[in-house]
This record gives sequence, structure tokens and C-alpha cells, in this order.
Amino acid sequence: MLEFFETITGIPAPLLFGQLLLGLINGAFYAMLSLGLAVIFGLLNIINFTHGSQFMMGAFVAWMLLAWAGIGYWGALVLAPLIVGATGVVIERLMISRLYKLDHLYGLLLTFGIGLMIEGYFRNEFGSSGLPYRIPAELSGAWDLGFMFMPVYRGWVVVFALATCLATWLVIEKTRLGAYLRAATENAPLVQAFGVNVPRMITLTYGAGVGLAALAGVLAAPIYSVNPQMGTNLIIVVFAVVVIGGMGSILGSVITGFSLGVIEGLTKVFWPEASAVVIFVIMAIVLLARPAGLFGRA
Amino acid sequence: MASETTAGGVPAVAPPAEGFIFGFTKPQLGALVLMIAFLAIAPFYLYPIFLMKLLCFALFACAFNLLIGYVGLLSFGHAAYFGMGGYIAGHAAKVWGFSPEVAVLAGALVAGLQGWVFGWIAIRRQGIYFAMITLALAQMVYFFCVQAPFTGGEDGIQAIPRGAAFGAIDLSNDMSMYWFVAAIFLAGFLMVHRVIHSPYGQVLKAIRENEPRATSLGYRTDDYKLVAFILSATLAGVAGGTKSLVFGIATLTDVNWPMSGEVVLMTLVGGLGTVFGPVVGAAVIVTMQNYLAEMGAWVTVIQGAIFVTVVLAFRRGIVGEIANLLKVKL
Repeated sequence: MLEFFETITGIPAPLLFGQLLLGLINGAFYAMLSLGLAVIFGLLNIINFTHGSQFMMGAFVAWMLLAWAGIGYWGALVLAPLIVGATGVVIERLMISRLYKLDHLYGLLLTFGIGLMIEGYFRNEFGSSGLPYRIPAELSGAWDLGFMFMPVYRGWVVVFALATCLATWLVIEKTRLGAYLRAATENAPLVQAFGVNVPRMITLTYGAGVGLAALAGVLAAPIYSVNPQMGTNLIIVVFAVVVIGGMGSILGSVITGFSLGVIEGLTKVFWPEASAVVIFVIMAIVLLARPAGLFGRA
Repeated sequence: MASETTAGGVPAVAPPAEGFIFGFTKPQLGALVLMIAFLAIAPFYLYPIFLMKLLCFALFACAFNLLIGYVGLLSFGHAAYFGMGGYIAGHAAKVWGFSPEVAVLAGALVAGLQGWVFGWIAIRRQGIYFAMITLALAQMVYFFCVQAPFTGGEDGIQAIPRGAAFGAIDLSNDMSMYWFVAAIFLAGFLMVHRVIHSPYGQVLKAIRENEPRATSLGYRTDDYKLVAFILSATLAGVAGGTKSLVFGIATLTDVNWPMSGEVVLMTLVGGLGTVFGPVVGAAVIVTMQNYLAEMGAWVTVIQGAIFVTVVLAFRRGIVGEIANLLKVKL
């Protein structure tokens, strides 16, 4: 079967599966980041342009925990999202909360400015060349799957990201807290009238969305080098992913994220020059055919 | 200005409004005279290259303001038109040997066509989605420019000749180049003003204020928005093309997303939806970058801080605040 495929396409199977795996990993980051964006957008009605910088902060906090406090990968996986999420709570309370009565575009501009400040600060402190972060000992090495070698860490990223997305979906769809959240997304004043502290919920939701971005950042630290620009280029692609999927559905953004990662990986195999733009092209096509996005409500 | 309709539903021709001279209010006319006087005197006291850079960005910001200020569309990808205008003008002047005014027009034409296609795609969504879509499309242009052979990739197009305007005026001299740039800027500025104060511009403002209502009055709002988008992209292309002739170089910087952010910042600082705001904003930001150039990445931090401050405390921008204080329109 594999040899047949190689004869037909002239593409070595290891290359194909290697890119597929890379695509799945990128897809995992697209899914986690667009999920956070969708959750924040649902309740706050702003697009969090700082999301990419918060992803980057997750990776940097993991690096700092290791370099300055000797806390390794597993500790960082828990602590970094909490720390970055806490900064998110501060940002929401001090700044974003002042804009809810205004046009949503101001939220975009504000979070863009905050992102610039964070990125500029990290570039000053750490330079732009990037810092190394080692794969933890438990997850190093590779499995021989017969048709390719799969680095254990990369498999872990895909599985962990899937589990995180599933857990987020469960919390939002199946718990009481999630029910409040969905209700407030529909009609915040009404939920507040029932005695739910909606402003606090908004703050915590922003913190949680930011924490999700930071968690993705910790996962990414051993794969990409930890550098201040790692988030910005990613977040623009994630915006396209969000437009393609529409922000109406949690599972929708997860599915869109993973599949676009895979499509991008496949494009790298068959037409490498187009791989950087393929997601944007898909976005344009989806907008022409279904302006509300694949899973969106018009 | 509410337009009266006759009994037949046909819009009556609005009489020339009181207190307007060429569509400018008296304070605006005063500001215009001041601006032209500044343009005429400045090159004798300030470094002409700096002034030309300022004028290119001022025109870029005016083009951007046409969309955000008068149609309410936030394009977060205007670098695509600015940068593409620069590349095409540079290529036309260097490889094809076009004279500078034709090279700039070629850049504007391509930027306008690109704006046509991207606008046609992006106006299907509103608000935040519109911003995200324009940003993503612009990033596509960026990746195209990284790979396309004619842009020179990381090196850009270098040693673009300024040539001779209309085949007669040698522009290699900074002073003559300055007058050329000042003329382009002033023409672009007045064109934006003319568009805003035309009946077409009134419809744009109606769309900004209440799109469903404009639709219900029978206006095809998408067509109006698309034309505004094309105009804005074309003018951004003019600005980019002029800039590449001034500096003799067209690079990826002008087509990348931070440039899109910069033009938003300039317009925001100057005042969204004011006639002179983008010019003042561009002057402030370009001057700031000039003086802080040696501070490296801190410039990014400062720009971010200005964004945050303006959005939180200062949403009218400089010109908007002055206009509000003086209770006039600027």
C-alpha cells in the first residue's frame, strides 16, 4: 500500500507522514488558540489580539521557571497558565473592562497595543534569537511505527491538546458553570438578574482563555525555540482559522483548527511554495461560499 | 446634512450649505492654509527626506482614515496596498524605466486592483471579522512578496532611480523631489476631502451611522463600501509608491503587519474621522520614530503604550480633542 503510494506520487512515505504529523501539531496549536479566542469573544465580545503574545508568554514563563526557579516541564505545565492567566485577569480588570460599552473595535485596538508592549518588552529583555527549552526526559525519544519514527513528544502534544480541547468542551457544555457561561453569552443582564456575578465571570473567562493560550505556549516551547515573535505570526493564521470556522461552536473551532493544520502539512508535501498562504486562500474561498464560516451562525 | 426628498422620492439637489467654502468649514480652511504654508516653508528649515517620509505616511493615513473614519470599516491590512504600491512603482521605475509619475500610478493601479479583489471578499463580514479578514489577506500578500522573484525577497528592490518627472524635472535633487512629493500629497489629501464631501461621501457616512437604515433607503451599501475600499487601497498604493521612489528602496517592512498597525496608530492618535487628524498623527508618529530610532525594541513598547493610552483615555485623538475644545469641525 505504502509502496504503491510512493510509486504513484513519487513522494517518500516518511516525508508525507512527517509533514502530516507536523500539520497535526500546528493544528493542535490552531485549535487551542482559536478555542481560547472563541470563548473570550463569546462573553466579552472582543477579539483578543494579545492572544499571540500570551501564547509566547506561556513559553517564556516555562523557560523562566526552569532557568530561575529550577521548576521543570511538568510544573510549568500547571504554573505557567496560572501565572499568565493572572496577568490576563489584571489586564481585564484595569483596561479591557473600561471598554465594554464602546464599539468592539476599540477592544481589538487596545489588545493590539497591549500585545505590542509585551512583545517589545520581551524582545528587549531576551533578544530575538530565541532560547532553547529541552524536551522532558519522560517524553524524549521516538517510537518506531514501522512506516516512520514518531518523536514521543510530538505525539504527546497532539494527544494533550486534544484532551484539553475536549475538557474545555465538557466544562462549557456539561457543567453548571458552563451553563452560566452560555447563558451569559446569550443575555448577560438576565443572568445577572438571577444573582450571578457576571463581571467576575467575565474576568475569570478572560483569564481562562489567556491561560489556554499560555498552556499552548508551554507545549510549544520544546518544539519551537522560545522567542518573542513566536506568537504574532501564529495569531494571524489563527484569525484566519477563526474566520473559516466561525466562532459559534466550540467543537467547530477544534475541528477546523486540526484539519487546517493537516491541510497545511499536506500542502508542504505537494506544493511547498503555497504552504504559507494555503490557509488564507481557504479563508477567501470559505468567505465567498459561506460568509458566516463553516460552523458559524449568520 | 439630511438630504431632502421630493414627493416623488427623487432626492432633491441639495443647495450649497451655508458656511462652506469648497466643502471646507471656515476653521478647516484656516487649518488648510496653515498646512499649505507649512508645506511651502518647511523644506528650508527641516531635512527634506524626513519631510517626504512624513508626507508619504500622512497620505497613507488619510487613505486609511477614508475607510475607518467615514465608513466605519477597520482594515487591519493596509500594509498590503502600501507595500505593493511600493514594489510595483519600484519595479516599474527600475526595470521598465518608467518615469516617476507613471511608476507611482502603476503602483496605485495594482494596489487598487488588489483592493478591489480583497475588498470584494472582506465586505462580506462586518466589524471585528472585517478587521481579521483584511489582516489575514494582507499576510497572504506578505508571504507572496517573500517568495515572488520580482520583489527580491529579503533584499527588497534596491537602487530604484527617481528619474525625471514628466521627462523634464530631474528628481535626484532632494528639493525638487520634495515638491513632487508635496504635490502628490496635496492632491491625495484634497481628493479624500472631495470624496467625503460629495453626495457619495454622505452615503458612506450614512452607512457608518446605520447600515440597515441605509440599505432600507435603497442604497446598495456593499457597492458603496467596495468603492470606498478601492479608493483607499489606491491612495495607499500612491503613498507606498512615492515612498519607494523617495528612498530608492522597497522592502518587506512596508508590506508586513506592523506597518498595518502603524497606520492605525497614526490615524487613531490624530483623530479618527477628522480631516486633518491623519496628517497630524503621521507627523507625531514619524517624528517620534525619528527621535527614538536608537532605542530599538523600546519603540515598539512605546507605540503599544500610545495605543493603550489613546484607546483608554483619548479616543478623539489630537485633532478631535482640539476640535472639541474649540467647538469646531476640523
